[in-house]
Amino acid sequence: MMRFATLIKNPADWMKGAGPHSDVVMTSRVRLARNLRGYPFPGFSQERQRIELLERARPVVEELPEMRDGYSEDYTDLSKIRKQVLVERHLVSREHAARSSGCAVVVDRKQSISIMINEEDHFRIQGIRPGLNLTSAFEVVDRVDTELESLLPYAFDPKLGYLTACPTNLGTGMRASVMLHLPALVLTEQINPVIKAIGKIGLAVRGLYGEGTEALGNLFQISNQHTLGEAEPEIIAQIEKVIEGVVRSEVTARAKLKEDHQTMLRDQIGRAFAILRYAHILTSKEALNLLSMLRLGADLDLVGNCDRSLIDMLLLEIQPAHLQLNAARELSPEERDSMRADLTRTRLQSIDGPGSFPTSQSNNGGTTSPTNDE
Amino acid sequence: MKCDVCENEATVFLTQIINGQMTTVNLCETCSKAKGVTEETGFGLAEAFLSPSHRAESDTMEIVCDACGFTASQLKKIGRMGCPECYAAFRDGLDGLLRNMHKGTRHVGKRPSHTSAVVPQILPRQRATTLKDSPPPAPVAPPAVPPPDLAKLRAELDLAVKEERYEDAARLKSEIENLQPKASK
Repeated sequence: MMRFATLIKNPADWMKGAGPHSDVVMTSRVRLARNLRGYPFPGFSQERQRIELLERARPVVEELPEMRDGYSEDYTDLSKIRKQVLVERHLVSREHAARSSGCAVVVDRKQSISIMINEEDHFRIQGIRPGLNLTSAFEVVDRVDTELESLLPYAFDPKLGYLTACPTNLGTGMRASVMLHLPALVLTEQINPVIKAIGKIGLAVRGLYGEGTEALGNLFQISNQHTLGEAEPEIIAQIEKVIEGVVRSEVTARAKLKEDHQTMLRDQIGRAFAILRYAHILTSKEALNLLSMLRLGADLDLVGNCDRSLIDMLLLEIQPAHLQLNAARELSPEERDSMRADLTRTRLQSIDGPGSFPTSQSNNGGTTSPTNDE
Repeated sequence: MKCDVCENEATVFLTQIINGQMTTVNLCETCSKAKGVTEETGFGLAEAFLSPSHRAESDTMEIVCDACGFTASQLKKIGRMGCPECYAAFRDGLDGLLRNMHKGTRHVGKRPSHTSAVVPQILPRQRATTLKDSPPPAPVAPPAVPPPDLAKLRAELDLAVKEERYEDAARLKSEIENLQPKASK
């Protein structure tokens, strides 16, 4: 079995931002909710029932071909910080991390599949792929699900489908969600109508942490709300189609920004780089928003020598639990803000930064020298 | 930011967009747990359960799940079932609830191929409510009069999406959906 340290040291492919439409689509995730017959749902079961189910199911899950030699941990053995790191990596849900006895998570070696045991449902099987690739994420969880179903008695009803703790998950038990980076739609103030339209066709839009419309880091999650009455491929095709539309709008908005508002765009990106490169105190919110601008700059070739994967890893590493894991101790919010800035200063050393001069001039020498505005 | 319920610092921020109406709720850890807001759709659901029509319906008698002892009032309160058998115990009114929540009331999609999982659990007991069940297909929208050209609508939808006319796209989408049960299933 894989150790926690090994898991963390080796970032998954989906964390490094390389997939279809990766400039706009960070990740595609599909999760299936599954339950066993004869056991109450975790939210209404006694601890001994959860432990009984865990002891029965965990060895079966660990032995699935996809999950073999992966990472598997009982929550009673996992510190709060480590659990939170798994949340920040989207390998477990917040709700699951808040639980303890009778819960476990199993992650495959490639970190593209995670199976939570005794979440809101007995099983939450999740697949993650980089970029826009819900179909591939679904194929993975579908395969794991089919294997698991042959080994354990699922609660399934011919009319209602997979029976889940919450009726909102009934039927397919599938939630397909896509994480989008939409800085240009936010900057050009087109984001609200887009969100509104998406809501109208029955999809949910949330920020990275479920916050308001102007989400942190311009990151938005879009997912299906309906799980009953439509087959999985239909649901996925619908979301992908909608997302492709959003991606086109974002790309158009980026091109327009670059063409019509070049100075403003360069200013924003330049400021973002400067702060990330030289600040000593950075809150999580500020860092996320600045990294978003830098990512936009990198995608528009306005930041020299800046690889998207560096930014995407930073987006993970600046989060509170990752910082604390790195420091190997609990940190106060002030300490975190300081260590976060240390981290971005160090990582951005290797980047040339946004060019300081208009494109017409061929000055490649001191790209980090300040512009003289006045 | 302060919690909408108490005075503590809010740590859970919930934004829901239902039919284009956006609502934002800020809650602290404790209140979010109390409200069951940890799962994305849980909150709206809880409200659905607490809506007056549902309340009036099930206040008259307390239904209890034989298998796990979960009660109808617990269901109302947390918006979740106690065990898989609860779906049979609380089947009355379920269709109405599911209709508000989903595209239909009947599962379409993957089925376990392994026989042990396909033991029908709900249907036999639901014979009691055959009246409600009698027209099985198209539970959401009654099949429309002769379907207008579905392919044409799809093409219009494509165009609308391409041209970023999302309002039009949404309208076309729902028109197509209304036709779907008859035309393609």
